[in-house]
Amino acid sequence: MRRISYAKAINEACHQLMEHDPRVIILGQGVNNPWYVGTTAIGLYNRFGPSRVIDPPISENGMNGVAIGAALAGLKPIVIHPRLDFLLMGLEQLVNEAANWAYVFGGQIGVQLVVRGIINRGGEQGAQHSQALQAFFMHVPGLKVVMPSNPRDAKGLLVSAINDGNPVIYIEDRWLYHETGEVPEELYEVPIGKGVILRRGRDVTIVATSYMVKVCLDAAAKLHEVGIDVEVIDIRSLKPLDDDLICSSITKTGKLIIADAAWKTGGVAAEIAARVVEKAFAALKAPIMRVTLPDAPAPSNKLQEKVYYPTADTVVKAVNQLLSASE
Amino acid sequence: MKTTWPNEAKYDIDAALIIEMYRSMLRIREFEEKVAELLEMGEIRCPTHLYIGQEGVAVGVCSALRKDDYVFGNHRSHGHYLAKGGDMAKLMAELYCKATGCSKGRGGSMHIIAPEVGVLGTVPMVASTIPIAVGSALASVLKGIDRISVTFFGDGATEEGLFHESLNFASLKKLPVVFICENNFYSSHLPLHERRSLDSIYMFGLPYGIPSKRIDGNDVLAVYFAMREAVKHARKGEGPTLLECRTYRWRGHVGPKWDLDVGIRDKAELDYWMSRCPIKTLERRIVNDGLLSYEDCTNIKREVKQEVEKCVDFARQSPEPSEDDLLKHVFIDRRDS
Ligand SMILES: Cc1ncc(C[n+]2csc(CCOP(=O)(O)OP(=O)(O)O)c2C)c(N)n1
Repeated sequence: MRRISYAKAINEACHQLMEHDPRVIILGQGVNNPWYVGTTAIGLYNRFGPSRVIDPPISENGMNGVAIGAALAGLKPIVIHPRLDFLLMGLEQLVNEAANWAYVFGGQIGVQLVVRGIINRGGEQGAQHSQALQAFFMHVPGLKVVMPSNPRDAKGLLVSAINDGNPVIYIEDRWLYHETGEVPEELYEVPIGKGVILRRGRDVTIVATSYMVKVCLDAAAKLHEVGIDVEVIDIRSLKPLDDDLICSSITKTGKLIIADAAWKTGGVAAEIAARVVEKAFAALKAPIMRVTLPDAPAPSNKLQEKVYYPTADTVVKAVNQLLSASE
Repeated sequence: MKTTWPNEAKYDIDAALIIEMYRSMLRIREFEEKVAELLEMGEIRCPTHLYIGQEGVAVGVCSALRKDDYVFGNHRSHGHYLAKGGDMAKLMAELYCKATGCSKGRGGSMHIIAPEVGVLGTVPMVASTIPIAVGSALASVLKGIDRISVTFFGDGATEEGLFHESLNFASLKKLPVVFICENNFYSSHLPLHERRSLDSIYMFGLPYGIPSKRIDGNDVLAVYFAMREAVKHARKGEGPTLLECRTYRWRGHVGPKWDLDVGIRDKAELDYWMSRCPIKTLERRIVNDGLLSYEDCTNIKREVKQEVEKCVDFARQSPEPSEDDLLKHVFIDRRDS
């Protein structure tokens, strides 16, 4: 099968979705701009025109609301926020309105909406251009949250997100844009709510999100060289969360590390840990470990950035620590 | 030295202040030209939005302020910081993200601060400091001091709800705040006409009962005189003013390039605005009216260049923030009871 990049996979999904269904529209800051959303928007504006591909004013809350209204009236909007940080300006509409709409009206109507938010870390961009806020969205009932880690899932999850009747927050990581992988040419879905085991192993289970999946696979390869076999689960969908998959892996390994490149306190890793303790406590042979960002905003200095973001070595260290603690 | 501006009797202004404004604009220009060079060299790496071309606004506005007045900025604020009297060396060091920077290397170009001269912070989130400036103006009123607040923002920021919410509240409470919109006609890649059906930003103040004016932002004196009025109004307790200063950024949205390659704007437009350089324009007037000779101007330029070079040396030689300090400053260690 052909290999394409993560960014190209997103772009292809958008092209095919718009071609396939005239109800799909894009409201995206920078969608007609050469640098904002990387190459994920290439060709869309020229091909589908300014009525279906809208590069709006800087009005995040307003635009989220417009998308909600368009969805209620039968369109399938994709809103793009070039940085998750900007999406914070649009939280009111997203959390109060999109997330609650189906519920407060007794399930008669849904908001079929995809909100793409991009994590854009490093490069001395500092605290307000680097935030990974998946835990925020995961906290809110009524929102689904997906985080593809590879090109195949990037395309398939976007398609599922659009076809889902609910608001789906689709979080992509700019650090993944150049990663390549095999991607089917046709439109296909990757189910929301299902994780996947990307590498099988018996010693430790590592559950990872987004960019950390790549980091953990690198770590797993290093560990394999010294005879340690870790199982790497790409959880893909944070909400709903496939905790059955995680628990069944722990039944085998007895040990769990969760890797999420966002803050530790109240984070995704905390939620996964809590569920495992609730559902598979007896299978645990060691304390759960978390590999996350420290509880500090992103520094802007390059050297500090290096310490701030976990690497394959951080994960290797965590695995060794866990194994020696459980001996 | 209290002279009036020679050719225009209606402008009563100190000649020394005019020369100060000229120097202040040059400091911003030379600083930024150097930054552009350092960006090209990769020595400065943080996202940097250059202010070149807009110097008339920062300097015109800040020249009408007292040192203790508050200023808030945005992603393009080197000019605001320098015009308000912020330390140039600390700014350069911040662009290098060094420990000696004005934000201790935590902020980079988009988060700069100089509390000692009233610059209480700049942030890249568009429109975010507009209500914050209104809040600092509220504090002045509650504390019974006649300090005023200024917020600088772009034309793009007027698209955010925060802008409108802030205008309403400031007017309602008659707060001493001056809203400075630097209309450079672009919001990153989008020209004004692709974002607004009318070119009418200054009118936004009117329905809220706020005196509002459109000014040529490349005429530093025009900005200064309008600002002086706004300041007088605010200090008397008569409330906010909105000034739309029309200007242009010469460089691209971010970084040292020009954004001509990407088809966002054309060369003729850029050339037109470069021919209306705020610094050259003032320089011509100063020389024509005999305040300074061209030689004086050249000397000032040389001094300013030397100052900038010194700041680069300082920044280069400054230490990086320590890795052990990564978690420092998340909270500050102070109790105020
Ligand atoms: C809330 C928010 N949305 C989007 C952005 C991305 N962004 C950064 S600067 C900018 C353009 C701002 O234009 P304007 O306010 O006119 O200021 P200028 O850059 O022209 O000085 C945009 C859209 C942001 N920083 N914050």
